[in-house]
Amino acid sequence: MRLPSLRALSITTVLAFCISLSLVFFYAPIEAEEGFVQKIFYLHVPLAIVSLCGFVLGGLLAIAHLRTRDSKWDLRSYVAIHMSLIFGLAVLITGSIWARASWGHWWVWDEPTLVSFLIVFLLYATYQPLRFAIEDPERQARYASVFAITAGAFVPLNFIAVRLSASYVHPRVLGGTSSLPGSMAFTFLVSLAAMALLYATLCSYELAAKRTRILLKSRSRILGFQ
Amino acid sequence: MIFATATLPDGSNDGYLAAAYIVFFVLVLVYVAIMAWRLTRVERRVRDLNLREREKEREERNLKDTPHISRQAGDRV
Repeated sequence: MRLPSLRALSITTVLAFCISLSLVFFYAPIEAEEGFVQKIFYLHVPLAIVSLCGFVLGGLLAIAHLRTRDSKWDLRSYVAIHMSLIFGLAVLITGSIWARASWGHWWVWDEPTLVSFLIVFLLYATYQPLRFAIEDPERQARYASVFAITAGAFVPLNFIAVRLSASYVHPRVLGGTSSLPGSMAFTFLVSLAAMALLYATLCSYELAAKRTRILLKSRSRILGFQ
Repeated sequence: MIFATATLPDGSNDGYLAAAYIVFFVLVLVYVAIMAWRLTRVERRVRDLNLREREKEREERNLKDTPHISRQAGDRV
């Protein structure tokens, strides 16, 4: 499969973001209850979905690594989780801002969606220290893959547990966009696509940078400059 | 125009919305800045590597020429 070039991906992402922001601010109507601040929804929810999917993707790529023992899958798994962590941080910050604007508190501990996301985030925050605490590259990749698979399996389980919980205070989105008016659902889907594109672009940049550094290191070693 | 009036802010809590979007774009910007800084380092290393490679080639060429020079020097002695 031929992947799109970095330049094409970057341009598509920028265009998608321009369209998404235009739709958010000039097309999607203001929500009756929350008002203008509800538009954080078009940023916060796509960020959360992409971040959680990225964690699961990291687990799937780790399975590929354990099956093939090819280091390229480990690198991809690492980058997917690394990027999801950055997106996760953005989810927590934008979520806090939204909570403050809507509920008057920066954080609500009895809200399962918030707390469960924090647990997932903290779980993955241990991934990098665990990974880089192991010096042997092969062992590092193997242990990191096992972690990525276990934690990746925890993400959907966690999500289902939250869905089954009694509280319905937090807005539900992944049950479908049918509860949203057409213009809001369309804007949300475009925002989600733009966010997914941004994730893919940043992952591609990170992968390209990592590959270049690996190449440079091996070239230095071959030439005896290490 | 009708669309715009129905989608523009009503004045309450606008700062929070702006803050959320600003935080997101600042995060992306910080990431891109870190990537740019790392790219600069990689570029410097590539430049350094090329320079050292050229130096190594020059040294090897000099080494090839050295026996010829020493023999000449020996002849003279």
